[in-house]
Amino acid sequence: MRADNPASQAAFLRASEYLDRKPLVSGKRSLAWITDHVCRIVEQPAPVWWWVATILTGALAALTPAMLTYLVATGVGVWGLNAPVAWAWDITNFVFWIGIGHAGTLISAILFLTRQKWRTSINRSAEAMTIFAVICAGIFPAFHVGRIWFAWWLFPIPNANAIWQNFRSPLLWDVFAVSTYFTVSLIFWYLGLIPDLASLRDRAKTRLRQMAYGLLSLGWRGSNRQWTHYEKAYLILAGISTPLVLSVHSVVSFDFATSIVPGWHTTIFPPYFVAGAIFGGFAMVLTLLIPFRELYGLHDLVTDKHIDNMCKITLLTGSLVGYAYAMEFFIAWYSGNPYELYAFINRATGPYWWAYWAMITCNVVAPQLFWFKTCRQNPWVVLAIVMFPNTGMWFERFVIIVTSIHRDFLPSSWGYFSPTWVDITLFIGTIGLFVFLFLLFVRFLPMITMFEVKNVTPEADPHHENGHETHGHPSPSPAARAHA
Amino acid sequence: MTTPAPHFYGLGAEFSSASSLMTAAEKVRDSGFRKWDVYSPFPIHGMDAAMGFSRSRVSFFSLIGGITGLTTAFILIYYTSALNYPLIVQGKPYFALEPSMPVFFELTVLLTAFGTIIGLLLLTLMPRLHHPVFNWDRFKRVSDDGFFIVLEAADPRFEKGASRRFLEELGGSHITEIFQDAEPQPHPARAEAQGHA
Repeated sequence: MRADNPASQAAFLRASEYLDRKPLVSGKRSLAWITDHVCRIVEQPAPVWWWVATILTGALAALTPAMLTYLVATGVGVWGLNAPVAWAWDITNFVFWIGIGHAGTLISAILFLTRQKWRTSINRSAEAMTIFAVICAGIFPAFHVGRIWFAWWLFPIPNANAIWQNFRSPLLWDVFAVSTYFTVSLIFWYLGLIPDLASLRDRAKTRLRQMAYGLLSLGWRGSNRQWTHYEKAYLILAGISTPLVLSVHSVVSFDFATSIVPGWHTTIFPPYFVAGAIFGGFAMVLTLLIPFRELYGLHDLVTDKHIDNMCKITLLTGSLVGYAYAMEFFIAWYSGNPYELYAFINRATGPYWWAYWAMITCNVVAPQLFWFKTCRQNPWVVLAIVMFPNTGMWFERFVIIVTSIHRDFLPSSWGYFSPTWVDITLFIGTIGLFVFLFLLFVRFLPMITMFEVKNVTPEADPHHENGHETHGHPSPSPAARAHA
Repeated sequence: MTTPAPHFYGLGAEFSSASSLMTAAEKVRDSGFRKWDVYSPFPIHGMDAAMGFSRSRVSFFSLIGGITGLTTAFILIYYTSALNYPLIVQGKPYFALEPSMPVFFELTVLLTAFGTIIGLLLLTLMPRLHHPVFNWDRFKRVSDDGFFIVLEAADPRFEKGASRRFLEELGGSHITEIFQDAEPQPHPARAEAQGHA
């Protein structure tokens, strides 16, 4: 291909420099450096900011049980919801939190199956975020049932009424979807942690740490007889988590889409909800990772390239969400259904217009800044921009839920929902709980998947050393065939 | 075949890199050893072939889990909705495939995950509290940047002197005798291992 004249050679060199992939771990770091740099976060005394942040968010997190206790002791009427708006902040917060989790599973499962190696340094913290987000999510529907002491009726356990759960209802599908999602995410996360817990065990200086990490790492010793099964198990879990993550938000959207409420009864909901979930989730991953990368000096592991990639996904999914908003409006008009059209015009111009336009600004307009490389390259600008999707995705759920039901078919059953102080305090409490759990996670568990990061360094390639490929394709020997 | 002392587990050797470990593993495989293992901080691509492994059977357990999940979901829905207490809700049929799909799917996924993790634990013999290789102080580096091969004394081809020479030929360093129980001699290696960090 290359022409011999110097001009085209120079052009070729420029092009190849441009196309050259940036290394996933910058600064040519050694394997020991990776172990040391990640384990140090857990091993060294906690910095002052960690104590301040943990105590502060811990105090906020305490608002969650406080508000829930007040709710149970007094009655569900302490929330602002009432006919016709029977689903309000509780379900908004539920969908908001469960959506956040989706980026974690996307990074850990879908990017794994598509061999996106850059996922390795962000998947651990994203998966942790998933688990904490699902914990926050689960609180709301559980208490929304009103009489929490009957929440076990959600599960198919024989009870004194002798009737069973209604398997034809999407609300019951949701119980199965969310509990499966939580359990499988937890298993997947723990599986990924095992080899790294072994690193912490092997470096432990105190008996307590040795015992704790030793028990948690289940006796892992990095033997290839373990790795071979481990990799297979990881692949299978990634394989089943991929349709799982797509199913969870689809099932959540069925809660709305299978009803006959104008504004909810739309077939676009499942893909639209999934795109929105990934969008909001990536925004939250960036929100958490940018400060922690700065505070712990992880620039060589979570590189600018990682942030750039995540910004691009945010841009893509944000635009998908924008398309869904436009399409919803178009179909509302094109369907010829006056109630449907009214629901949408009411969203944009009715009493909740401010929520609708906050949603459009935050989710559709703000991410467009990521078209510009300068915006994607400054982490602080990125952090400022992703605050918009973080807010906007909450507004999206609020708009979908509250504006669709606050004006029923008959004007006699129209209403306006306003949150009470309990609604607001409980939501702040779950934000505190989420950040508090994340702070505990970075303190006690390795926040970067060391063994996977090591695996994408040049040293991990068995053909790396000496530059020549002496054993490119190890042929199974007769002895090996006999084993098989 | 020699009869080693009962507490003797095997000989361990350290290698400098993933590639030297893989070259050595191929030679151990070709020499016909059966009871031996390769230890590394991360899974090495191609090592399964270099050790002569066939495919991992974890997927079998996953399949069993998946089938159990789907069957459970079917029985659960059909029994509760159509057999035990049929109840007309919104005029929908007692049992139909369409509304059952989400629960079919979720329980299949859930029990596949359980099957996979159970299969992994069974096949890797985890959890376990201790293993003789942990008695070797240098072995702590396995979760950091160490690459090791351990030949077990239980292998019929194992012979202390010859196996040590074999590991030396393969390019292994720090060749060490590993014992089943607590270390029989005080360790100069401990200071070395700590000095490394």
